Amino acid sequence: MISRLLPIIIFLALGILLAFGLKIADHKTEIPSPLIGKQMPAFSLPLLGQEESLVSDQDLLGQPFLLNVWASWCPTCRYEHPVITDLAESGVVRVIGLNYRDEAADAQEWLRRFGNPYEFSLADLSGRTGIDFGVYAAPESFLVDAQGIIVFKQIGAMTPEVIEQEIIPRLQAGSKVQ
Amino acid sequence: MKMFALVLILLASAALAQEPLVFDSPEQEARYIKLTTELRCMVCQNQNLADSDAPLAQDLRKEIHGMMQAGQSNDHIITFLVDRYGDFVLYRPAMKGNTLALWLIPGVLLGIGGITVFFTVRGRNRKLAAQKQKGVS
Repeated sequence: MISRLLPIIIFLALGILLAFGLKIADHKTEIPSPLIGKQMPAFSLPLLGQEESLVSDQDLLGQPFLLNVWASWCPTCRYEHPVITDLAESGVVRVIGLNYRDEAADAQEWLRRFGNPYEFSLADLSGRTGIDFGVYAAPESFLVDAQGIIVFKQIGAMTPEVIEQEIIPRLQAGSKVQ
Repeated sequence: MKMFALVLILLASAALAQEPLVFDSPEQEARYIKLTTELRCMVCQNQNLADSDAPLAQDLRKEIHGMMQAGQSNDHIITFLVDRYGDFVLYRPAMKGNTLALWLIPGVLLGIGGITVFFTVRGRNRKLAAQKQKGVS
């Protein structure tokens, strides 16, 4: 009896496994960041276009902000640009850029052409701060709370859905705590 | 002779395809090669750091080389990367709660296979034995 049912059981088990695989396939390349829930890494970076002024992680404490990792060579950054712009214009959160592994001139040209949604952009031309943030693909966005804790990371393009479902609720939760 | 020179040039350019690194000793170089082969490049996720040409892999190789020059241990370097990129950078994942399945499933499958083979063979032997007896009687 069992031996007759065995092929069906194996078939069903395989079916469930594959269905599960298909379900997670879309998110397979997104690796959960070990930095969630931790203090953002320390840095001191010049501002894009104002290389003489340095901004450190300590300077950014006190208010939550979205750190958007972007570069002029990154096509998906161009794609998410209107969404980032809308978010910045809505004023719900400070939007700060991290210009990652870029050429300063190219980056400034990119902002001139498409508009600059950022309060300012930190210039991480070498990508060293990117390593500390565990950046491996631009665009990435980190939501950092007023205490400097990374509460959420979006890998890939920012979308209105992510803002609605992930960013806004966390901002509201954060403002209640204060 | 010309052929020989050509081969030399080709070999040299292959060796220079990656950024030249200076090591203190052949042991250190061997350690570097072993370590970068066991770490995953996060950009092209099916390649290791040693093989990948992605800009991030180049940065990380430089970083690892720098840490080795500064006398830091493999454990320290691995912790540095895991703290930033997670366990996924390890091609040889650590054995802990969420990776237990990864380590145990191959053994379990081998066990199931072994048991299946055992019972199949035993069943067949018994059948054969029974047939032989019938033949004799």
